[in-house]
Amino acid sequence: MEIDPFIFRLSIFILSIFVGYYVVWSVTPSLHTPLMSVTNAISSVIIVGAIIASLAGTNLSVFNQSSIFGFLAIVLAAINIFGGFLVTQRMLAMYKKKKKDKK
Amino acid sequence: MISANLLAIFYLISGILFILALRGLSSPETSRQGNLFGIIGMAIAITVTFLSIDNFSSGFLYVILFLLIGGSIGAFIAFKIPMTAMPELVAGFHSLVGLAAVFVAISAFLSPEVFNLGSSGNIKLASLIEMSIGAAVGAITFSGSIIAFLKLRGLMSGSPITFPGQHILNLLILISIIILTYFLCLNQSPNFFWSLIAISFLVGFLLIIPIGGADMPVVISMLNSYSGWAAAGIGFTLENTALIITGALVGSSGAILSYIMCKGMNRSFFNVILGGFGGTDQTSSKTSKEQKPVKSGNADDAAFLMKNASSVIIVPGYGMAVAQAQHALREMVDSLKKNGVKVSYAIHPVAGRMPGHMNVLLAEANVPYDEVFELEEINNDFANCDVAYVIGANDVTNPVAKTDPQSPIYGMPVLDVEKSKSVLFVKRSLSPGYAGIDNDLFYRDNTLMLFADAKKMTEDIIKNL
Repeated sequence: MEIDPFIFRLSIFILSIFVGYYVVWSVTPSLHTPLMSVTNAISSVIIVGAIIASLAGTNLSVFNQSSIFGFLAIVLAAINIFGGFLVTQRMLAMYKKKKKDKK
Repeated sequence: MISANLLAIFYLISGILFILALRGLSSPETSRQGNLFGIIGMAIAITVTFLSIDNFSSGFLYVILFLLIGGSIGAFIAFKIPMTAMPELVAGFHSLVGLAAVFVAISAFLSPEVFNLGSSGNIKLASLIEMSIGAAVGAITFSGSIIAFLKLRGLMSGSPITFPGQHILNLLILISIIILTYFLCLNQSPNFFWSLIAISFLVGFLLIIPIGGADMPVVISMLNSYSGWAAAGIGFTLENTALIITGALVGSSGAILSYIMCKGMNRSFFNVILGGFGGTDQTSSKTSKEQKPVKSGNADDAAFLMKNASSVIIVPGYGMAVAQAQHALREMVDSLKKNGVKVSYAIHPVAGRMPGHMNVLLAEANVPYDEVFELEEINNDFANCDVAYVIGANDVTNPVAKTDPQSPIYGMPVLDVEKSKSVLFVKRSLSPGYAGIDNDLFYRDNTLMLFADAKKMTEDIIKNL
């Protein structure tokens, strides 16, 4: 008897929840805001679905009912990807250690 | 065109890079490298998706075009946004993830053949359920985040909006979502799909309006979690490993943050979600409203006290963010340090409007992160400290949480500010904080109230130092 591929995906999903659980507990509380913005950026990997959806059209009509939703989703996800990673970068660049030779 | 197996392996690699991106955040030194891993992971996922498409129709050009449009909007926002506006930015971004999930689900429903999910009207049952979950959670995330955004931005009142029968209504809607999904699976009628999405938008809206401003840290974390589950739901539909891994990571991350925030307020998650906290039950505060003596001082007194102290602990709160006082605060600390005063910062887990809010603002003002401490790390130091400078915080310093079992905040972990030799409390008036309760600290003998705007007071103190 063959195992449904769904079960494999479910296994990946459950194991990833556990990985997430342990990784996120080790995040220092002072970086919780960057954590939120970076999780925001990475969850926009949903853009891969949007790209596939946007190519639902044909050469003759690029825009049909379902590809339009794909294109819209690309815009939204791209805002998030660029916005999320860049704002995280900007925040993280501000976290500095005490300089010994300050004065 | 690359093979499906190779594609899956690349998606796995980007999933792992995302894990490393989160792992990097365990310390500020490794965090920048972590962010780079995240960017690489994203680039890999997008690139291999392009490579997997065999017919490069003219639609491809539009994909690039829309990608660039979205990208430039995102980059523009990222560079322009002031750090004090981070909570609403994050809420806004969550809404976009939610809406993108809804759009992808709609597209998959309309043209399932593009995603190999069967044909229109005859979609595989499992895919249909996954799609519905992705769309529903995405829609809840979207409308919920929009409300959170409006509340944080001040475009909508931060006070909880409640009406009779609210919980019953929410329950009925949740039941109807399940029924709609069932009928959708039975006959795959688009009408059921559209109603499902519409009703989910309504849930998100109803879920967030009863929650007050002070509970925003929980709400933001919760929506963070939802956006992850929405992505995972779509990941199952599209059979995409990168999305499943990421969705699970983000989902659990948001859930942990919600848990930490709830613990910081000593409230259960359900208590926050059911809402109505803040402003509604003021019975306990009314009884103790008789005039009690308050000592108030000016910038001169404050400067004198701090200059002659050997150690000072700063307790920032949301008020500091509102007054944009972080830069003035750092200048004040710099002059104190020149006088040989030891200064550290104490951050309560729920200070501000989102997890880690205060830390980012202090970092923006060039405060070294090794001078900033969490509640558990610093709470014992108050007993040995000369001056506690409370700027924009209120409920998180209220000793009532430790002494009065009747108080709504009883049991909440608080900073032991009252143990320091003297307390300087910068506040505009004696009005109670978000929890709607009087702060016992105002009337202590060792408390000196400084009635002024946080930024102005801090600047005045600098002049007197």
